[in-house]
Amino acid sequence: MKIPGWTLFLVRRGLILSATVVVAVYVTIYIANMGGYVDEIVRGEVLLRVSESVRANPAYRGLNETAIRNLIDQLYRNELERLGFNQPFIVRSVNYLWDALSLNLGRALFLSSDSGSRSVRIIIMERLPNTVLLFTTTQLVLFFLGLFSGLYLSRRYGSRLDRVMSLLTPLSSLPGWFYGLFLILIFASVLRVLPYGGMVDIPPPTDRLGYALSVLRHMILPVLSWLTAYFFISSYTRRTFFLIFSSEDYVEVARAKGIPEHLIMRRYILRPTLPPIITDLSLTLIASWTGAIITETVFNWPGVGSLFYVSSVIFDTPVLVGLVVIYAYLLALTVFVLEIVYALLDPRIKVGATRG
Amino acid sequence: MRLKPVLRYKSAVIGIAFLLFLIGVSVYTVITVPFEKAAQLWRAGELTWLDSPRNAVPAWFNLFTSTKLPETIIRDTRDIGPEVVKVVVPAGQNIKILKAELSFDYDYDDFPSEINLFFTSTFNASQPRLTVSWVKPDGAKIVIKELSVGREDRFFISSDAEVVKKLNERVENLLKEKPVSELSVTAALFAVEDASILQPETLKVLKGRYTLLVEGIMFEPTADVDIKLVVYGKVYGWAGTDHLRRDIGIALLWGTPIALLFGVSAAVSIALIQMTIGAVSAWFRGVVDTFMQRIVEVFLVLPFLPVLIMVSTLYKVNIWVILLIVIALSSFGPGVKNYRALFLQLRESPYIEAARSYGAGNLRILLLHLIPRVLPTMIPSVVLSAADFVFLEAALAILGIGDPITPTWGKVIEDAFYAGALFKGQYYWVLLPSALLAATSVSFALIGFTLDKIFNPRLREM
Repeated sequence: MKIPGWTLFLVRRGLILSATVVVAVYVTIYIANMGGYVDEIVRGEVLLRVSESVRANPAYRGLNETAIRNLIDQLYRNELERLGFNQPFIVRSVNYLWDALSLNLGRALFLSSDSGSRSVRIIIMERLPNTVLLFTTTQLVLFFLGLFSGLYLSRRYGSRLDRVMSLLTPLSSLPGWFYGLFLILIFASVLRVLPYGGMVDIPPPTDRLGYALSVLRHMILPVLSWLTAYFFISSYTRRTFFLIFSSEDYVEVARAKGIPEHLIMRRYILRPTLPPIITDLSLTLIASWTGAIITETVFNWPGVGSLFYVSSVIFDTPVLVGLVVIYAYLLALTVFVLEIVYALLDPRIKVGATRG
Repeated sequence: MRLKPVLRYKSAVIGIAFLLFLIGVSVYTVITVPFEKAAQLWRAGELTWLDSPRNAVPAWFNLFTSTKLPETIIRDTRDIGPEVVKVVVPAGQNIKILKAELSFDYDYDDFPSEINLFFTSTFNASQPRLTVSWVKPDGAKIVIKELSVGREDRFFISSDAEVVKKLNERVENLLKEKPVSELSVTAALFAVEDASILQPETLKVLKGRYTLLVEGIMFEPTADVDIKLVVYGKVYGWAGTDHLRRDIGIALLWGTPIALLFGVSAAVSIALIQMTIGAVSAWFRGVVDTFMQRIVEVFLVLPFLPVLIMVSTLYKVNIWVILLIVIALSSFGPGVKNYRALFLQLRESPYIEAARSYGAGNLRILLLHLIPRVLPTMIPSVVLSAADFVFLEAALAILGIGDPITPTWGKVIEDAFYAGALFKGQYYWVLLPSALLAATSVSFALIGFTLDKIFNPRLREM
């Protein structure tokens, strides 16, 4: 009885999540093409490119105006057909959807990678390590700092340190990029000890160690800006969260029974708080690889966030859709795994029994 | 009645005081500077602002520095006074001789940023011919240039290459030595002309009364010339000016009502919409619930900023349309899930059962029993999120997708950032709007956290 319940649940959740991904990706494709408006941009661009190349080509100098027009028209049609633009948008949007879902990301319309490639996969893969290096690191540091300081503060709440931390929490109402501006002002502009932005020195150091050190130096300010912005709020929320859990009746009972404090901590407080903490961690990590558009702009960091930004400003649909589809897959997969982990970790969640 | 518990918290009092101040500023701005005028001034370009200096710091900087920075000095022959003299004498049938003296006292420790002359003249065919000279406080007279002027003409003294060369040669002849680096026009015209002028570090301002002398000939009986001298300072107004000579104060003033309105209306309407969706979802359950929850999940995947960027790039929208898009994109945000959970608990409570038992309809229960119960608990989070939306507006401006017309705090930061203000040390340009943004946001946060403690008494002791 138990196993069919499980599989049924998993199949059902899997189907729902896949449907969500399909719809979300289609909506993105539709929005990214502005319901077909981007077609106009691309057509215009193609026509311009074709006519310029024909008129600049010395081989066609001798032709008269009508012949050149016909030639341009012919080449323009060929080019549109090559791009698949001869079909109506609705048909193409379904093709796009299929390509995106099968991770056949195709070629960018306007952008190209630093190595000169037009392949969306290469463009994204070139940016991804930069963002993971910066934001995943930051999020991990932030997460564990917040967790441990929250735990620490919750055990001695009301102390002076606790009060100071609570007092500083409103500082987190300012976003990370905003602190970034100030840090640039202080450390780059006034003190001149750290770089304004970018990822490595120009020209980049040739030896590996020098390169790594240079990247680290460029990481200091962005990491610091996020830590300043989000450390207080994250330790405050964790602290409150632990406090609420440690005032549960079963914790009081355990204390009354005389169970040692560290066992209470581990078995009665940490265990029930584990699922939401794991959810938080995995979702922030997944979200961290999409980068932070504004922070990357402020610090001129060549990551996924600025790729997101540039591709949406110039309507490079394939790049944008590629980014969204990868994020959608990762998110759906994480949510799916989390639901299994939840069921394993928290005995109060009974799969199948409480449904309906 | 409910205010008393809030005022017990000092932090909330600070927050409320600052917000009241901002509201006061907003009311003042809206009444004194009509929006059309502000927007027009902000977009006007350099012509409207020709009389104000470029990248000047706020005037109150002078209170904190030992070297007194110059203010802008304007003398105009259409505005005759003790320091402005203009005499026109006919000499013969057609020819008229003009002599104008524009003097001013210069008592600052730093050199002006620029010096420009503007001519407005009337004539039919032959342009008036003028000689412009400069008289220093010590009596030294320097002929700057001879020129013919058009009807609306300008002479940018401080950026004229010929003048630079002439003035440097003068100093060289006078001291029999070449300055270490080429003197700028402002330095050559205002510095003490001794050995100190040769080194850029030792340049000293000669204080006293300066006179700009314009002598000329007009070749028609009806001809006339008016001259305006602008000696640009290095301080301006209470907020300084930007790279286009615009008064930053205008943008800071108008930024206030816009930031407050944007933040508060986005926060309130998004919270209300999310709550309504959550309530409907929890109350009707079944198909409605499933459908709404799927929409929420779809929105979870959609990238918020890129979609916003694309829509506003394509349609060149103004700030209120951006506000609508933000609300639309956030309506199915993750907050819906929280409200739904809250309502799922509430719908089982006895008073709802009682309402159902006397035959209350869906709409009645939703509007009269469920939603009013949740409204007060929303207030803290609404106040807290207002701060986020104030910053969202600024962030959009920094990404260059804000409203191109409306002057806002974010726009000022964007201009400063892209004009390299941080690079060039023009900190006032970034610091003033940032301080306003930060203070607004922290005020909202202070009030929000206090309200949170009051509405969720469980946290109060913690």
